[in-house]
Amino acid sequence: MSRTAGAGEALLEVDSVAKSYGALDVLTAVHLSVPAGQALGIVGPNGAGKSTLLSVINGTERASAGTVRFAGRDVTAVGADARARAGMGRTFQIPRPFTHLTVFENALAGATAGAGLHGRAADDRALEALVLADMLDVANTPAGELPLLGRKRLELARALATDPQLLLLDEIAGGLTEAECDSLIATIRELHAQGITIIWIEHVVRALLAVVERLVCLASGVIVADGEPDAVMRSDEVQAVYLGGGL
Amino acid sequence: MEPLVPGQVRVDRLRRRMIIVQILGAGVIVALAMAPYVFEPAVTSQWIKLFYLITLATAWNLLAGFAGMVSVGQQAYIGLGAYGVFVFNDLGLDPYSSALVASVAIGVIAFALSFVAFRLRGGYFAIGTWVIAEAVRQIVIRFDSLGAGRGRGISDYTADPVLRNLFTYWLALGILTATLIGALFLLRSRMGVALQSIRDNEVAARALGVDVSRAKRIVFVLAAVMAALAGSVICLQQIGVQSPSQMFSVSFSAFMIFMVLIGGIGTLEGPILGAVIYYVMDLYFSQMGLWYLVVLGVLAIAVTLFLPQGIWGALRARFDITLFPVGHRVVAVPGPRSSSPAGARPSQPAPRTDPQTDTTAASARTEG
Repeated sequence: MSRTAGAGEALLEVDSVAKSYGALDVLTAVHLSVPAGQALGIVGPNGAGKSTLLSVINGTERASAGTVRFAGRDVTAVGADARARAGMGRTFQIPRPFTHLTVFENALAGATAGAGLHGRAADDRALEALVLADMLDVANTPAGELPLLGRKRLELARALATDPQLLLLDEIAGGLTEAECDSLIATIRELHAQGITIIWIEHVVRALLAVVERLVCLASGVIVADGEPDAVMRSDEVQAVYLGGGL
Repeated sequence: MEPLVPGQVRVDRLRRRMIIVQILGAGVIVALAMAPYVFEPAVTSQWIKLFYLITLATAWNLLAGFAGMVSVGQQAYIGLGAYGVFVFNDLGLDPYSSALVASVAIGVIAFALSFVAFRLRGGYFAIGTWVIAEAVRQIVIRFDSLGAGRGRGISDYTADPVLRNLFTYWLALGILTATLIGALFLLRSRMGVALQSIRDNEVAARALGVDVSRAKRIVFVLAAVMAALAGSVICLQQIGVQSPSQMFSVSFSAFMIFMVLIGGIGTLEGPILGAVIYYVMDLYFSQMGLWYLVVLGVLAIAVTLFLPQGIWGALRARFDITLFPVGHRVVAVPGPRSSSPAGARPSQPAPRTDPQTDTTAASARTEG
């Protein structure tokens, strides 16, 4: 279901990326290289620039400096729509449903525009995404009538419908019950097993550690720790970020 | 209703309804095309107005209701459509061909103007389109050959008023038919979902791969061509333009908004209903003068307050009716290769013990 990138080569290459809004520097010189097939988690306190980093990767925001390379191509100047068609799927932390369309039609937008499918193939792709996100039973519900959790799951369904090579998840586990969280973990593991590269921002560390094989900690717009998840969680940098300095 | 189970669903585009709509629609159009043989020209010439009102309302609804571009500048293209008839008529074409050729030329102009208009968003876009319309009017009245600021008549036109009325009637009906068919097929295509996704959330649409500028531009140009064709019909019916301020009047936009909001924005049926309501009120009450406008205003306020989906939207919610099916419905299908013969009523119950059904039902409960 996913397109394969060149073996051994990094699928995503973020090089010296900075992003500022006026005098406010949100990201300063972020370097990140993600090999194809990796599941990468990002943690960090509120305001660390995590969502902004995802936005710069998928093109919702343009980088102020630095380059973003995807599948061997420099996409820094490429719009979010073209990056989505090239294989980047993204969910938003605050859901952005197409409120007047049904849940199925929301997914269909991803299948037609993002995956470039037509007719039956697009329908099937959208249905498959709804099954993966466990939303088939509400397929005909207008997205505007979904409760918050449904809207979060819709974000995932839509992104999956685009048939992504790289999936960018922005806090999709927040607010879920234990059982729902477990089912979400199972779903994301399944996607990872299918070979989809995943970058997942999450405050629910338990969910993150159940899936990712690499963890990055972002604080004040810079990467302060990067490596094996348990080691990163135990590192002095992460302890300092979460529990305050001087520990 | 059958529960939706993975592997046992299909997507229903209401194809059977489409076939019925096409047959009925063809019947209505043929009947309307024959109407001039039955009714007096005085009657059918009234209907020309109804036809171009529906065309205008449908075009504005495509822009605002489906693509989220609230324009108050469509009079730019209505006016250009009317004046385009003069331009190509003076070059030697008959007035009807002039109308069609002009609409293509105005499509090209709209394409160019979209690069200016699309730099603006939301309320700024609305005002910007109005400014563009005003600028277009100012440019058109610089040309003495187009009657400058005074308006002018069509110079080369059939002398027989009956034939004139007949041809204009057929042209207006043809334009209306093309507009409705075009809108229906556009919205049933992939573009329909793309446009509505842009309207509901542009950032998310882009992140899903929708080429936002391209989709908007296509609709912007189509709506301009439709408005231009309606404008040329107005010109043909009046055998000219009384004054440029009439053809470029912002009140066209006000009436389009009125028709679409009253009928139901974001549906194909709503603007037709709204146009009929406006047409009937205009026909019977417009001689009341000022009070007529007051009644129109009160009606608009009442509908937006009490029926925010418009009259058609309220009817659809109450009775679940659709004339022009543009949506998608996921429906359950009987299990694959089941014992019941194909075409039989799907009578066998859904596998209620299926673990998948249980999980979906359970999650539906937690969600509700």
